[in-house]
Amino acid sequence: MEIQSKAIPLPLDNIDTDQIIPARFLKQTDRLGYGKNLFFAWRYLPDGTPNPDFELNNPARKEAKILIAGNNFGCGSSREHAAWAVADYGFRVILSTQFADIFKGNAYNNGLLPIELDERFISDITQLVLNQPETEIEVSLQHQLVKVSTLNLETSFHISPFKKECLLNGVDETDYLINLRDQVEQFEQQR
Amino acid sequence: MSRTLFDKIWDSHVVKHVADGLDVLYIDQHFLHEVTSPQAFDGLRKRGIEVFRPKQCVATADHNVPTKNQDQPIKDPLSANQVNSLIKNCEEFGIELYGIGHENQGIVHIIGPDLGITQPGMTIVCGDSHTSTHGAFGTIAFGIGTSQVEQVLAAQSLVLSRPKTMNIEVSGQLNKGVTAKDVVLYIIAQLGAEGATGYFVEYSGEVFRNFTMDERMTVCNMSIEMGARGGLVGIDQTTIDYVTSRVDISKQKISSWLSLNTDEDAVFDKTVQLDAADIYPLVTCGTAPDTGIRLTDRVSDSKHITKKALGYMQFEQDDQISDQSVDYVFIGSCTNGRIEDLRAVANLVKGRKKADHVNVWVVPGSMKVRSQAIEERLDKIFEDSGFEFREPGCSACLAMNEDKIPEGSLCVSTSNRNFEGRQGEGARTVLASPLTAAASAITGKITDPTLFLN
Repeated sequence: MEIQSKAIPLPLDNIDTDQIIPARFLKQTDRLGYGKNLFFAWRYLPDGTPNPDFELNNPARKEAKILIAGNNFGCGSSREHAAWAVADYGFRVILSTQFADIFKGNAYNNGLLPIELDERFISDITQLVLNQPETEIEVSLQHQLVKVSTLNLETSFHISPFKKECLLNGVDETDYLINLRDQVEQFEQQR
Repeated sequence: MSRTLFDKIWDSHVVKHVADGLDVLYIDQHFLHEVTSPQAFDGLRKRGIEVFRPKQCVATADHNVPTKNQDQPIKDPLSANQVNSLIKNCEEFGIELYGIGHENQGIVHIIGPDLGITQPGMTIVCGDSHTSTHGAFGTIAFGIGTSQVEQVLAAQSLVLSRPKTMNIEVSGQLNKGVTAKDVVLYIIAQLGAEGATGYFVEYSGEVFRNFTMDERMTVCNMSIEMGARGGLVGIDQTTIDYVTSRVDISKQKISSWLSLNTDEDAVFDKTVQLDAADIYPLVTCGTAPDTGIRLTDRVSDSKHITKKALGYMQFEQDDQISDQSVDYVFIGSCTNGRIEDLRAVANLVKGRKKADHVNVWVVPGSMKVRSQAIEERLDKIFEDSGFEFREPGCSACLAMNEDKIPEGSLCVSTSNRNFEGRQGEGARTVLASPLTAAASAITGKITDPTLFLN
């Protein structure tokens, strides 16, 4: 997974899953099409037109694949619809100082890469992207690096080798567990 | 080596260590509801596999259900479809379902404990973040996403990183009018909305020891609101009395439960000590659950209030919270929809009338809670006070069913989240205890319940 893209900055702490996707949009029974309702209340005006002050609607950031959020992104509900909405919109990577646990797990399970970086780096890169929307950020999962080549800005990030393997090689965690059914059964018998 | 209750339960459920510190954890009990399960069942169908342990799953319909006229079909076709999908999926995969109208139906986190399904020492999951509620019984209980729901259906286990442990001790005696809800709002205000992210919390100290199971559930329920993976309380006679009054349990099993409690010299990754005397009835003033302030406070007394939240809530920094006029009062949810909550409300409002301009909904958490309330004639007290006593469901906690708070209206709510739009587009939520909600319903303003308590 090698991404080079513009980014959308949302420098707000505690962006909760109700902001990512409100509950009234959770009534589907499939996983498709949630992207149009991503950040619904912030993204659209009451008449349904795009809110020009919201960064997702900034034409200079069109087709951004990287989201830069404030601390504790994805807090609140366990709804995987939040991860589905972020992924369906076209994001591949989210940068924050910290993610809510359940959201982070849901992100991994949907091919989204949640990267936790220190406050200084997040603050610097947010400022940079706010001031210069055309800034391209490079993310390498293979090398566990986030960088902005033009500015010599670079940092490494941590990811569990298991999760890395799953993302890089498309390993499905559910398949992994299904293959462990015998071992689970053994565990049950030995309790 | 000395271990915590959390460590003991976790260690005894590890099927396998995954190479890099992740564990495959065995799940004892899986609860399901209609919103976060349909895609998981579809996944099983696509893979052509059965549910691995259907007897360890129980389902109910709660998020989408109307709380009036439940004998009629659901009007919203999307909600109806989700509820019907659950019926179809449970039939096809052999899972016990307590659907609308069933005597055991109710909010998933209310029925599990009340039916004796939730038992100490278990690992429990549900596609719902408030699964932490079950931690009150000394369990590892936490919310999961839909992919993980599918994994538990498929293999009764999950790949998980082991959280760190945090001990939150509250000692001393509680002040008058302070409920379990105020205690947890206080803890969240102290730690912040992200303060326990990455941790599993144990609540210890005499305040929790003295709490009933209903009160412990209220506290554990909101663990997620400070980011914790879950929260639990040690197992004692209160726990055992609750469970054994619902199901038969052998003496041997009971003693094995008690042996799970945290060893005296066990070490937590983090310890927080709080004094009960510092806790007063609290209400939130912002759009995150960590914005709890006292009823004598101004909005600016919250250290977590943001400019954006002030704007959304239509509050000024200097506003006295207790001056705010109330449009709606919602009493219910998995946080405060249990029988003791309804009794506390009835006790406060008995012989009093609600303020004319306030709409008050009392929504029992389950059919059993509703029947019990009717048996105790609490419904008559509510009716006499002008409160609407509804049928069970998640109701106005999350704006997913018919019970929504209109734009701009202020709702004093016993639920768990005051996020923007949580109770309806533009709805302004003030989280509070059942007592504070009841007092506010009577006066029509956000009101300190101690004014009503002798």
